[in-house]
Amino acid sequence: MQATLQPRDLADALAARAAHPGALPMAGGTDLMVELNFDRRRPERILDLTRVAELAGWDREGDELVIGAGVTHARLVTDMRGLAPGLGIAARTVGSPQIRNRGTIGGNIATSSPAGDALPPLVASGARIEMASASGARSVPLSEFLTGPKRNVMAPDELITAVRVPVAQGPQQFAKVGPRNAMVIAVCSLSVHLDAVEQTVRTAIGSAAPTIVRATEAEEFIEGVLEERGAWERPGPLPASALTRFGELVAAAARPIDDVRGSAGYRRHALAVLGRRTLSWCWQEHRA
Amino acid sequence: MKLILTVNGETHEVESIWEGESLMHVLRERLGLPGAKNACEQGECGSCSVMLDEVLVCSCLVLARQAQDRSVVTVEGLAPPDDVGVVQQAFIETGAVQCGFCTPGFIMATEDLLRRSPAPGDAEIREALAGNLCRCTGYEKILDAVRLASARLGAMG
Ligand SMILES: Cc1cc2nc3c(=O)[nH]c(=O)nc-3n(C[C@H](O)[C@H](O)[C@H](O)COP(=O)(O)OP(=O)(O)OC[C@H]3O[C@@H](n4cnc5c(N)ncnc54)[C@H](O)[C@@H]3O)c2cc1C
Ligand code: FES
Ligand code: FES
Repeated sequence: MQATLQPRDLADALAARAAHPGALPMAGGTDLMVELNFDRRRPERILDLTRVAELAGWDREGDELVIGAGVTHARLVTDMRGLAPGLGIAARTVGSPQIRNRGTIGGNIATSSPAGDALPPLVASGARIEMASASGARSVPLSEFLTGPKRNVMAPDELITAVRVPVAQGPQQFAKVGPRNAMVIAVCSLSVHLDAVEQTVRTAIGSAAPTIVRATEAEEFIEGVLEERGAWERPGPLPASALTRFGELVAAAARPIDDVRGSAGYRRHALAVLGRRTLSWCWQEHRA
Repeated sequence: MKLILTVNGETHEVESIWEGESLMHVLRERLGLPGAKNACEQGECGSCSVMLDEVLVCSCLVLARQAQDRSVVTVEGLAPPDDVGVVQQAFIETGAVQCGFCTPGFIMATEDLLRRSPAPGDAEIREALAGNLCRCTGYEKILDAVRLASARLGAMG
């Protein structure tokens, strides 16, 4: 392999990307190093992004967060509380402390796995992905960025620079099913976000379709129930039947397959449970 | 190209490396520091854990080149030669070491935990050690070791 490129700012990184199309970008390396260690991948050379200053931090711009691609899961856990709590909760379920200290939000998005845990909360929030190349920049909603399992619209000369996430306007929850509390690739997962200002409910399902999907029928159903009962203004308890129906509609939106981690039937069942649970957690928080 | 990095306070120059090489490989095979263990090379077991600029990482998942000009601490750097630190002593006394293969990784993860949170509860200990696997002890003695180290460090102020 040729000498690793280690640019210190974004302009140099984009120039390097343009000049060396065969160079593979690496951030935390938690996905890529496994492939290198096991000889599954032999790139011509590596473009190390860990020294690029512009990717390393996050900022608030009005009612949006601009999170640099190089921000680690560990930082999302500590910094997103109160701002994008669903993303913080999801980041806390990634791997282990060692993995969260190194793995980045940009790497999670670029890998575009249906099981990427940062993805459901970002889709539920309506996040946009900012990309740049030596010839310009563009921004795409994450739901359009992801085109299939491990596939996305990023061009070979582009880098992800940041993710733009609206600041939360209500409770957000994320839950994930797997054999352990840690070190688990999701069998399935679910984000539920309430927006108490716009009076909307948003969902996103992970690891149960070729890419992250929203359960729009479930969203419309529960928004209808809340509106009819005037529940946003006078938040009483939600009827058990509404929670159950919401869970069923979440499960119906998935397009799961049978694989080593679980059967399609199990995934549907688990999603119905997660739907009920995460919505009731959110609603309890909204009432409190 | 040379690789220059600081390990346990000492600056090392490695004449040449393969550009895809992991930090773990450099530590073990080029610097003769076998404390970080090689078990899975995929981030699953934590036995290769080290501190990179004071952050706990799996050295098998760090590209060695990314450690260029940075500071690494391995289990060998926690105490002077022929001595052990408080965390290491606690592991010895509680029976948290059986075959010992996982021990350096657990020691590093415990050091990291107790620096951030000197008196952790059990849930916090479990979360902090979730990235380290042990096939011998059944983990209970390891939890005892962390509690003992925490109590001793607390008493020392
Ligand atoms: C033991 C273990 C457990 C894990 N557990 C989980 C888990 O629970 N949940 C989960 O979601 N993931 C998990 N992962 C996967 C991985 O940690 C995450 O996907 C992580 O977010 C990847 O980020 P990274 O910075 O390490 O990516 P890297 O490995 O550096 O890169 C991954 C991909 O993204 C590209 N890339 C990185 N940054 C950019 C950028 N700025 N622009 C363009 N392309 C870029 C790279 O070229 C590469 O294709 C786990 C991995 C391991 C090894
Ligand atoms: S060898 Fe690095 S985590 Fe197992
Ligand atoms: S003591 Fe043997 S693996 Fe932990």
